Amino acid sequence: METLLSFIHSNLEILYIVILSVFLGIEVISRVPSVLHTPLMSGANAIHGVIIVGSIIVMGEASADNFIVLALGFLAVIVGTINVVGGFVVTDRMLEMFKSGKEKPSKSTKVK
Amino acid sequence: MEASILAICYLIGSVSFIIGLKMLSHPAKARRGNLVSAAGMAIAILGTLILYRPAGHALNNLIWIVSAIIIGTVIGATAARRVKMTAMPEMVSMFNGMGGLCAALISIVELGRVANDHSDMHVLSILAGMVIGSVSFTGSMIAYGKLQGKIKDHAFKGQHLVNLFVLLFIVIIGTVIITSNGTFSALIFYSMLGLSVVYGILFVLPIGGADMPVVISLLNSFTGIATACAGFLYNNQVMLTGGILVGSAGAILTILMCKAMNRSLMNVLIGSFGNTGTGAIHSVTQQGSSKEISLGDAAMVMGYAQKVLIVPGYGLAVAQAQHVCNELGKLLQNNGVIVKYAIHPVAGRMPGHMNVLLAEADVSYDDLLELESANEEFGSTDVVLILGANDVVNPAALDDPSSPIYGMPILEVGKAKLVIVNKRSMRPGYAGIENELFFKPNTSMLFGDAKTVLHELVNLVKEL
Repeated sequence: METLLSFIHSNLEILYIVILSVFLGIEVISRVPSVLHTPLMSGANAIHGVIIVGSIIVMGEASADNFIVLALGFLAVIVGTINVVGGFVVTDRMLEMFKSGKEKPSKSTKVK
Repeated sequence: MEASILAICYLIGSVSFIIGLKMLSHPAKARRGNLVSAAGMAIAILGTLILYRPAGHALNNLIWIVSAIIIGTVIGATAARRVKMTAMPEMVSMFNGMGGLCAALISIVELGRVANDHSDMHVLSILAGMVIGSVSFTGSMIAYGKLQGKIKDHAFKGQHLVNLFVLLFIVIIGTVIITSNGTFSALIFYSMLGLSVVYGILFVLPIGGADMPVVISLLNSFTGIATACAGFLYNNQVMLTGGILVGSAGAILTILMCKAMNRSLMNVLIGSFGNTGTGAIHSVTQQGSSKEISLGDAAMVMGYAQKVLIVPGYGLAVAQAQHVCNELGKLLQNNGVIVKYAIHPVAGRMPGHMNVLLAEADVSYDDLLELESANEEFGSTDVVLILGANDVVNPAALDDPSSPIYGMPILEVGKAKLVIVNKRSMRPGYAGIENELFFKPNTSMLFGDAKTVLHELVNLVKEL
């Protein structure tokens, strides 16, 4: 009990961030038309790819002769990047289809 | 100095995730929202690469890190560009699994360093990250395999009990590790890892392939939580906020998706237990759970579709809605949607009824499709709007020999991606028989008088 209380006290800021983020996440999503469910899932999927920052830190703190950590970290950075880049590109492709009108989809990838 | 700039980078990243997610839930802004989050992500990653100072000096192994990022970018971008639109859900599942794997790998590395750091809470967040990340990884891979059709549904009696035991065991091992003050053996840690991997497989394996989108959304939420665990470990705000945001948004989205299918999450997750996998899906459809679509959603899917086929029936004639029907068709055509009318020979109450009716409303003759050509077109159609037709689209005519209308040629609307059925009520049609079409997963009901509904749709499409 005491350890729990002292933990809460020493991590109060993080606790605030966590609780407010939970409400924010719920609030942001609550009214979304069902046609957007799949792109939204995909977009959120790309956002949790921010885990890549953790894998960069792992590799950046590893000493150059610790091969096991380097190998694991290397793999982690690769899969993390796949999550981020693939996630954003796939979401963009999905949302491309939602444009009305008949303009060529491939042209305006960067414009809007 | 560097640390302060990095903190600002992370702040920008967090805010851009929130704004991006918000914009993603509006059709008109969704695409820009995605770009906003991507830009925030780029700032967070570049900031870490350039400004992160672990012990007063720049990151070690920078060449390796950058080359890993390049490899990952090439693989991710190529996969995302090459994938067919129909295979999108499994691609998302694959990317989600990669995120989970990344979280699990980070935890494995970090636990090795825990000997110097006895904080229970740090060990807990490492273990949580590892368990959730591995479950998300293997679960996503199974979901991917199911959507590809490579993995069939497997369920055995008492599977939920086995799952529960595996989960309990993971919790027990976790407690042992945390209370051991860093003196646990590597073996016990790896057994925990192994159990998590197995749990991910067992968790997804019995769930029906049709429910995979819901499962992927749930696992997406899991990976978010695993990310937040790592964020706590490194005291890194952008990982913490990004992870929690996705965790909670993903959970809500999962529930919304279940609602759209008119089912509860529990029903999706354990509905298949006890029964054999595929049987469960059938029983659900036969119990007669049809789902409704709102006018707003209907207007949106049609407004943003490539091709819409309208199937007029007796209901349209009764409501005298042919003029407003034409108005909707013209409006959609002006928006660049291909609109055609699929005319069943016996739609309405007499052969040719519909052609007359639509011609009266000035529908171009070229836009009318006869039975055979319409059936060829349904496969490439995004939305079929059925206006008061029933028996002419009843699949029982094809596959139920006991049905009174068995053998009647029908409009095979089920081949289209989405079928919207406008009727006044769930009452059976002229032939007095139930229509299985209304309970199909890609069918949505839009109740109301055809004329009123079409008027509303015209107004809503104008606003898009």
